[in-house]
Amino acid sequence: MAMASRFWASKAASYLKISTFNRAFASVVKDLRYADSHEWAKIDGNSATIGITDHAQDHLGDVVYVELPEVGVAVTQGSSFGAVESVKATSDINSPVSGKVVEVNQELSSSPGLVNGSPYEEGWIIKVELSNTNEVKSLMDSDQYSKFCEEEDNH
Amino acid sequence: MRGGLWQLGQSITRRLGQSDKKTIARRCYATEADLKKTVLYDFHVANGGKMVPFAGWSMPIQYKDSIMESTLNCRENGSLFDVSHMCGLSLKGKDSVAFLEKLVVADVVGLAPGTGSLTVFTNEKGGAIDDSVITKVTADHIYLVVNAGCRDKDLAHIEEHMKAFKAKGGDGPLAGSTLQYLTKEDLSKMYFGEFRIIDINGAKCFLTRTGYTGEDGFEISVPSENAVDLAKAILEKSEGKVRLTGLGARDSLRLEAGLCLYGNDMEQHITPVEAGLTWAIGKRRRAEGGFLGAEVILKQIADGPSIRRIGLFSAGPPARSHSEIQNENGENIGEVTSGGFSPCLKKNIAMGYVKSGLHKPGTKVKIAIRGKTYEGSITKMPFVATKYYKPT
Repeated sequence: MAMASRFWASKAASYLKISTFNRAFASVVKDLRYADSHEWAKIDGNSATIGITDHAQDHLGDVVYVELPEVGVAVTQGSSFGAVESVKATSDINSPVSGKVVEVNQELSSSPGLVNGSPYEEGWIIKVELSNTNEVKSLMDSDQYSKFCEEEDNH
Repeated sequence: MRGGLWQLGQSITRRLGQSDKKTIARRCYATEADLKKTVLYDFHVANGGKMVPFAGWSMPIQYKDSIMESTLNCRENGSLFDVSHMCGLSLKGKDSVAFLEKLVVADVVGLAPGTGSLTVFTNEKGGAIDDSVITKVTADHIYLVVNAGCRDKDLAHIEEHMKAFKAKGGDGPLAGSTLQYLTKEDLSKMYFGEFRIIDINGAKCFLTRTGYTGEDGFEISVPSENAVDLAKAILEKSEGKVRLTGLGARDSLRLEAGLCLYGNDMEQHITPVEAGLTWAIGKRRRAEGGFLGAEVILKQIADGPSIRRIGLFSAGPPARSHSEIQNENGENIGEVTSGGFSPCLKKNIAMGYVKSGLHKPGTKVKIAIRGKTYEGSITKMPFVATKYYKPT
């Protein structure tokens, strides 16, 4: 239930944001870590859940396909492990951390739009077992990432 | 050739921008300030248009609506596009054909009314200025649209004969009824491909019933000083149903309608026969030839071309331009030239070229995307039925 209402709220926020088309209001989540290529990582001990940010999905537009990796493959920080396709564009998804893929979000195969509607919750993409927890230090926190997005949009 | 997420807007523009090779090089060196602005630029920005560089112009790729929403709304209600970056010229009057024949190599006299032909503009020294599709709507009306990049330099010698008009396209089911509010002319008697000079919203306009979406539509050329008022009036008269629509949805719409984008689906090395445009070569020209490349084209008409433009449905990720098309044994048989997700059909559509003989609708193929292959099948175009307004 809590999940459902959060999903709805996130969808509503996403809708409102699109209708005002003001990227400055793209949301960030406080406890996540962010890469400059607009992926987020939720670190929980030795594992990380990975997705693309609200800012990224907003720029991308309607996501129509998510290319997922196989469970068990290795990912490397800063390297591509999959792709998101919108109506017009194809974009790589880079891994913010190195490690091994332990789970992929199969829901995205039938509902790629979850990446737009719920980028930080239902729209997660993969879960990774970290091989080097020190890498997390190189990622941005939510404040740094907000500033980073603002600067990028002003260029 | 993919970009990261940060390149999103750019990658769209880069792909669409391939429609004009000449301006690509220019855009690489161009800064924002170098981009030309249409008379509707401020109007676009005020309406939330996301402006991107396109063929040397700053144009809206989308507005507040997503590309998906815009595409669907065009088919359900209607769209208003700014196409004033394109160089659309209408030559009307008894001297039109004679006038145009001084400028192009084509035998315009021999073109049947209602047919078009690819032709070449030449300068005084005989050099080619540009290529263009000309349409002979009637015996005294020639309509031609030339590449955006030629507007400034290449056609300066024509422009002195032209008035400074700005073109606007309105496509969709409500295009006719909305426009009818703004003119006394009876538009129900005006059919696809027809052209008139009429008063719209108090300004003298050139009106052509045509479009680039597969829907019923109009291209309006309006005096620059009346352009913003007309855009506002069209949006208001439709009660918000006809919406401003950018280049992104325009590309989805033309792809769904099976229409070529020059630079993607037609290029210098592609003949009209291969592109499936043999219908555009008039009977007399086929008999007499006399145009550049006639030997090649007439031989292709007689023997059949070696490759043909086809439409495709495919599974997996959308097939983009340059994706390889394979037969069921995994052998290369061609390449995708345009592709994407169809907002109306909710599946992947693409067009491309394959070897003749493998072009029949229903032929099973594989599409190679990022090292994997996906099932596809050749299908007839248009993907979405066209709704041109024709006499019944």
